[in-house]
Amino acid sequence: METIDISHEGLTALPGNTPWAVVGVVASGNLEILLERASPPDTCTVRIETSAEGFAPIWQAVIRDLVARHATGGLRIAINDGGARPDTVTLRLLQGLSMMAGA
Amino acid sequence: MEDAATRTAWDTRRHDRSARLEAASRYTDGKMFAAGVATALLEALIRPFDRICVEGDNQKQADFLAAALAAADPGRLHDLHVVQSGVVLPEHIDLFRRGIAKKLDFSYSGPQSGALARALRSGMIELGAIHTYLELFGRYFIDLTPHVAIIAAVAADRQGNLYTGANTEDTPTIVEATAFKHGVVIAQVNELVDAVPRVDIPGDQVDFVTVSPKPFYVEPLFTRDPASLTELHVLMAMLAIKGIYAPYGIRRLNHGIGFATAAIELLLPTYGASLGLRGRIATHWALNPHPTLIPAIESGWVEQVHCFGSEVGMQDYIRARPDIFFTGRDGSLRSNRALCQVAGLYACDLFIGATLQIDLQGNSSTVLPDRITGFGGAPNMGSDPHGRRPASEPWLKAGAEAARAGGGTAPGRKLVVQLVETFGEKMAPVFVERLECHDLADEQGWAVSPVMIRGDDVTHVVTPEGIANLLLCATPWEREQAIRAVAGYTDVGRARDEAQVARLRARGAVQYPSDLGIAPLAAQRQLLAARSIRDLVRWSQGLYKPPGKFRNW
Repeated sequence: METIDISHEGLTALPGNTPWAVVGVVASGNLEILLERASPPDTCTVRIETSAEGFAPIWQAVIRDLVARHATGGLRIAINDGGARPDTVTLRLLQGLSMMAGA
Repeated sequence: MEDAATRTAWDTRRHDRSARLEAASRYTDGKMFAAGVATALLEALIRPFDRICVEGDNQKQADFLAAALAAADPGRLHDLHVVQSGVVLPEHIDLFRRGIAKKLDFSYSGPQSGALARALRSGMIELGAIHTYLELFGRYFIDLTPHVAIIAAVAADRQGNLYTGANTEDTPTIVEATAFKHGVVIAQVNELVDAVPRVDIPGDQVDFVTVSPKPFYVEPLFTRDPASLTELHVLMAMLAIKGIYAPYGIRRLNHGIGFATAAIELLLPTYGASLGLRGRIATHWALNPHPTLIPAIESGWVEQVHCFGSEVGMQDYIRARPDIFFTGRDGSLRSNRALCQVAGLYACDLFIGATLQIDLQGNSSTVLPDRITGFGGAPNMGSDPHGRRPASEPWLKAGAEAARAGGGTAPGRKLVVQLVETFGEKMAPVFVERLECHDLADEQGWAVSPVMIRGDDVTHVVTPEGIANLLLCATPWEREQAIRAVAGYTDVGRARDEAQVARLRARGAVQYPSDLGIAPLAAQRQLLAARSIRDLVRWSQGLYKPPGKFRNW
């Protein structure tokens, strides 16, 4: 197991008021993501627990793009990864953001 | 040198054929011979250095006679030149291992790709060339005409008339080339009958027939279990339907056998219908009878389907849908690989399929280290036939886009779409700086790298990240950046120039899901018209009979 912590500040606050959301499942090649409004409004923190070691640079790139392209301020994101590939990670994160922003 | 003035004999091949038939006659009773004398008969008929086709189709193989030939005495039979589309059985490799065959011209190796690579490397096989199906079939009539063809069929009568069943596949092409150039045609059949249900191969083109101890085996190669489809496949399918099929109005098409293309088939009656596309897209197909096409057929999307081969379990369904499929007077499917490949090359407006590696210019390859899989039909399906004449809406629209970007002067373009995830199994990146097939070409000293689909034929690359429209890219640099833009978090994707990608996106050469109004939460498995094999059986009203390996109820 590898734990990766990432934090970005100076972000636009996530709209909506859904307090938390869970997407995905913990399974091989998949991942579970818990999103909560539990960070300062301009900050997004992410903790990744992953069974696949050695991919920290890719996780950092995924999260960097996520906070650059979407309003994520105020979020605390916990990822329980079963070795999901980046396409799946990105899709799940966007699904989680949509649920939090509350349509 | 022999010139016309001195040549007196013009029928040597016919005499040669008569001598072979005579040599074989001690093992035969009319056209029939017993399975037990198969090896002896082949030793009597075939001669060293013959060109020989041991029918190895994508699905159907003359497996019994392949084993009989592999058991021949290499002292009698040696240096054969194998000219067949599929080298897919262990016995096909055994021919070379035992010194019976030496030279090989083929199209596809599939399960023998590893053994074939080792045999080439050790010098056991002398390679002529790796062809597409059509390239090999073409050469059957020019310079690779078989002396002897060993073929497989479901049934024969005593006159040698053959019923191939639904998997006609390559058989008529092989027999045409062999029988009419004075070669010998030998068939294995599952059963001898008084009258065949229909005549796929006329008896006067068949010399000898044996009843195989076991029916030939057919693997269900084209069945994709909807239960294995993920939300990523659904997302990719939505992108393809809304971002390509709809705007170009794709009605005539061919699908590869990947999971994402299966997802497209299963989204037509749901997502496609919600976009109002029924009757406007995906009506006419060059396609094997994919079980995942059943919901679209049952929902009235599909007008007709021509097939390269068949698929296990689809026979009763096809028999009950003759308006959709090509069937014989007996009611069962008639497939034909050569003609369906021609249809896919010339009569379809779109090919869409997956691959293992794509480089910065869109060249793709399925070659992995130590595996030589061959080409099959994809390079013909996935290429723009520059000589095409008849216009169609998608062809003209693609041609106009290419012309606007300065790419070529042809009035139209076929759409060739690569539909891939950015990473494959074991986090292997699909997008790479250099295809591994170049290493193979270097190692083997080949003049041309075994690229599957060449970048200049590819019009779109679709990933979960979005769509790169290469028609709208004016320069190699723009193509590279459009591909990088959809390459996700591979090294290739992470090295993109964001400013250039933004410019490409502004003019539609790169489209993200949000640009197409596709929300990530909309990509749900619930959108699939069938979510299991059992759902497909229900859609077919019980006519689809999935093989055991796909039954879990």
